[in-house]
Amino acid sequence: MDAKARIREQDDTDDAGAARAALDTVATRPMIGNEAIARGAWEAGVKVAAAYPGTPSTEIMEFVGIFPAGDIKAQWSTNEKVAMDVAIGASFAGVRAMTAMKHVGLNVASDPLMSQAYIGVNGGLVIVVCDDPGIHSSQNEQDTRMFARFAQVPVLEPSDAQEALDYTRWAFEISERFDTPVIVRSTTRLSHTRSPVTTGPRVAREPLGFNEDPVKNVIIPAHARLAHPRVLEREAKLAAYFDDPEFTRWEEGDTSVGVITVSTSYAYVKEVLPDAATLKLASSYPLALDRIRAFCDSVDRVFVVEELEPVIETALHAAGIAAEGKAWFPRVGEFSPENVREGFRKAGVLEAVAAPEPWAVTPTMRPPVLCSGCPHTTSYMAVRAVEGRVAGDIGCYTLAAVDPLKAIDTCVSMGSSIGNAVGLYKAGQETRPIIATIGDSTFLHGGIPPLIDAVYNNANITVMILDNHIVAMTGGQDHPGTGKTLRGDETHRIDFEEMVRACGVKSVRTVDSYDVASVYQALREAIEYRGVAVVISNRPCVLDPVKLKGSPLQVRADGCTACQSCMNLGCPSLGWSDEMLDGFHKITIDESSCIGCTLCAQICPSDCIRPVAN
Amino acid sequence: MDGSSEKAPAPRNVLIVGVGGQGVILVSKVLALICQRQGLEVKQSEVHGMAKRGGGVFSHVRFGPKVWSPTIPQGEADVLLAMEWSEGLRWLNHMRRDGGTFIADTRRIIPPFAFRSRKHGSQSAYSSQAPREVMEMVGSGYALDASKIAADLGEKRAANTVLLGVLSMALEFPVEDWREVIAETVPAKALEVNRLAFEAGRDWVETTRAIPLAERLKDLPGREAEAETLAPVDIRFEITAEWCKGCDICVKMCPERCLRLNDRLVAELTDAQACTGCRICEWLCPDFAIRVQRVPVLEPVA
Ligand SMILES: Cc1ncc(C[n+]2csc(CCOP(=O)(O)OP(=O)(O)O)c2C)c(N)n1
Ligand code: SF4
Ligand code: SF4
Repeated sequence: MDAKARIREQDDTDDAGAARAALDTVATRPMIGNEAIARGAWEAGVKVAAAYPGTPSTEIMEFVGIFPAGDIKAQWSTNEKVAMDVAIGASFAGVRAMTAMKHVGLNVASDPLMSQAYIGVNGGLVIVVCDDPGIHSSQNEQDTRMFARFAQVPVLEPSDAQEALDYTRWAFEISERFDTPVIVRSTTRLSHTRSPVTTGPRVAREPLGFNEDPVKNVIIPAHARLAHPRVLEREAKLAAYFDDPEFTRWEEGDTSVGVITVSTSYAYVKEVLPDAATLKLASSYPLALDRIRAFCDSVDRVFVVEELEPVIETALHAAGIAAEGKAWFPRVGEFSPENVREGFRKAGVLEAVAAPEPWAVTPTMRPPVLCSGCPHTTSYMAVRAVEGRVAGDIGCYTLAAVDPLKAIDTCVSMGSSIGNAVGLYKAGQETRPIIATIGDSTFLHGGIPPLIDAVYNNANITVMILDNHIVAMTGGQDHPGTGKTLRGDETHRIDFEEMVRACGVKSVRTVDSYDVASVYQALREAIEYRGVAVVISNRPCVLDPVKLKGSPLQVRADGCTACQSCMNLGCPSLGWSDEMLDGFHKITIDESSCIGCTLCAQICPSDCIRPVAN
Repeated sequence: MDGSSEKAPAPRNVLIVGVGGQGVILVSKVLALICQRQGLEVKQSEVHGMAKRGGGVFSHVRFGPKVWSPTIPQGEADVLLAMEWSEGLRWLNHMRRDGGTFIADTRRIIPPFAFRSRKHGSQSAYSSQAPREVMEMVGSGYALDASKIAADLGEKRAANTVLLGVLSMALEFPVEDWREVIAETVPAKALEVNRLAFEAGRDWVETTRAIPLAERLKDLPGREAEAETLAPVDIRFEITAEWCKGCDICVKMCPERCLRLNDRLVAELTDAQACTGCRICEWLCPDFAIRVQRVPVLEPVA
């Protein structure tokens, strides 16, 4: 059962005592890494947890949400910086606090992190960051360990779900003991792999109370100058602390090769080189260099196997330790048993094995597509029709960048579209109308300051807010525009029109995304308007929070001219029938997946798409 | 150094693949529960994300006394269970060459991508390899129409359970464990049909196993007859400029978006390569100003 289903189920149980006992039982069961992290936080007595969704981190907060509200306050925040600030506030108050985000979320939240690294903590403060090596669903594969090094805060890197639970608990101990925020770093593979985890009970914590110490809590220059040396001392103390068999684990083995590894890379090393002497680190920063040096001295050849950046390898080289690493193992992409094995082969440690001739088959390309009836479809049909220069943003709608909609010219980071549009306008080079398209959640995340900027600086641009009433891309989370909290409770619902007007926009119009002609007309008028005009394209996502399914449509084959106009929508329910007209395929609709949105019927020039006759 | 001298026996690997919404994750969870009952360590790895948007889904299930890597190395899947035909082909090279079992539903879920080419005479870009030739090439395993078997039982959605029945014949766990775990996992009202579907999968293997491969191949769908290739045509877009009043209906309605109004507000073709010759503009022009001709390309005379 997924986390969301469990939140709902929990609402239905009134037997709180039994639920409580079930939670406290020590048991072993399979969990994905993200559930284990949530459990670890709960066991550590965390009181406040805040996050903004982002693959592969999203389930962490969803799982936190299944624990009783009396134990943990769990919330979706408007963006990662706000989530970080909420957690920091709770730490100031003297309780344990956590925030979770995807790797690029930390870019947004980095400002408070850099300050908090100096300030330290009162209640333990843990930041869970999930990296995405291999870029399964992100805009890059930045390595959070570099951020930890940059911010000078320790980073713990579990290698499986059990460690994900244990390290999360442990992170809070470290945080309080060394007066520092602690990063727990996961990766897609760990977050989404299910393996057995033994749980423990929750250890409730006595709140520490607010610590009235302005020299610590108020980071003005005079105080920051005092804090920086403390940060460096802390780094040395942490390195000494990690110099422990439990945290820097020396596994005896064949000493012709010694492998230093961390995170899930450890599993791949054990898979391909089970007999080598291995030093398994719990952390890439700071490093227990004495212990590492002793290990290196005990083996003939040292390899560092770490995914993405050579963080450990570079530190070892700087310390004068000879170690091999990125010469053999890739610096881009996700590790796998295949490429770790290949690295050891190239290095001459493993013998090369001839791979069999691959089977000669040609699988069909299956790129992700917008759902049948996705309300974003119309907005981009309209945007294409007006031949705009389109600054896009991040969400399901980014799929409109590819065939057949091909309606987005740029995509940078969450909320960038509006600022990018202002820049495109100010550059004065563009003859096409400049349009920014941005999802509802993305607008609330990072679209409001640039919208104010656009009005303030008199930009002549059109902004299309694609309001599908949900954070769809990450699996259907609530946000301030849905009127529901993470736990499903009713709350204030942002009115987008009101919000946009308050930013100073004079031309605002809301249209139904399923009304092709109105969307097109509204967009035309917005473009004609001189200044910032906003069109809100409004229709719920067909997948979340409820899967929508209306009565399907069908193509009247005798009327279909095989022109393929409807295929421009990219609706996956539309396909070729076996019947041809003059060398072109007629169209057929898959009734089981068609949701009856009528977009194809509105587009069809021959008016031959009609409700299924019953 | 010899990398293969593990102390514990190597784990067994089952790779389950399909398309978003088919229940790949559900099937792998059932398998993981069964392995756990045997006291084995199980790792099950999947990548969420784009799965819901019609992309391919895969789940690695590894079990044994000790499992390290969460993913199955290429060429080491003992069983490849494909819930969609082309997805099976995509992962075929992950299967062990010595004794791997390929279990594939012959069901085809054709993505919009396969219909992308709009040119005159285009064919769907779905994998052309048919079950008969692939099973002949692979030499072992099972290709079956699980949806049909399930539909015959009155519930198309039980196709996954049919496949679980087939899978149960390829792994050496006690059949009682399968039955119990399936009973625990499916909703109570669908219990009976799923029980039947599971047994139907097992019976199908029992019957099929007895038939020599060469015989079995005959019953599988073969490659579809190549569609007749159409004689190549040249597309000619002609407009009578005096009749065009610049209403721009054709510009708006062109499926390929390759028309525009020029400076004199007369429609013109912007990209002759993009024009497929569908003739929508010709049909829609209220003033009969457009003619689209498909002229056969003549073979050059030798
Ligand atoms: C800084 C950052 N945080 C989170 C994400 C993950 N993410 C990608 S799209 C998206 C939300 C999109 O929601 P919305 O704008 O409502 O568009 P929809 O997917 O609903 O169409 C999120 C959270 C990200 N890419 N970058
Ligand atoms: S999940 Fe919702 S927003 Fe995303 S493609 Fe599907 S319908 Fe569109
Ligand atoms: S009505 Fe048309 S566009 Fe809408 S889901 Fe059905 S086939 Fe797709």
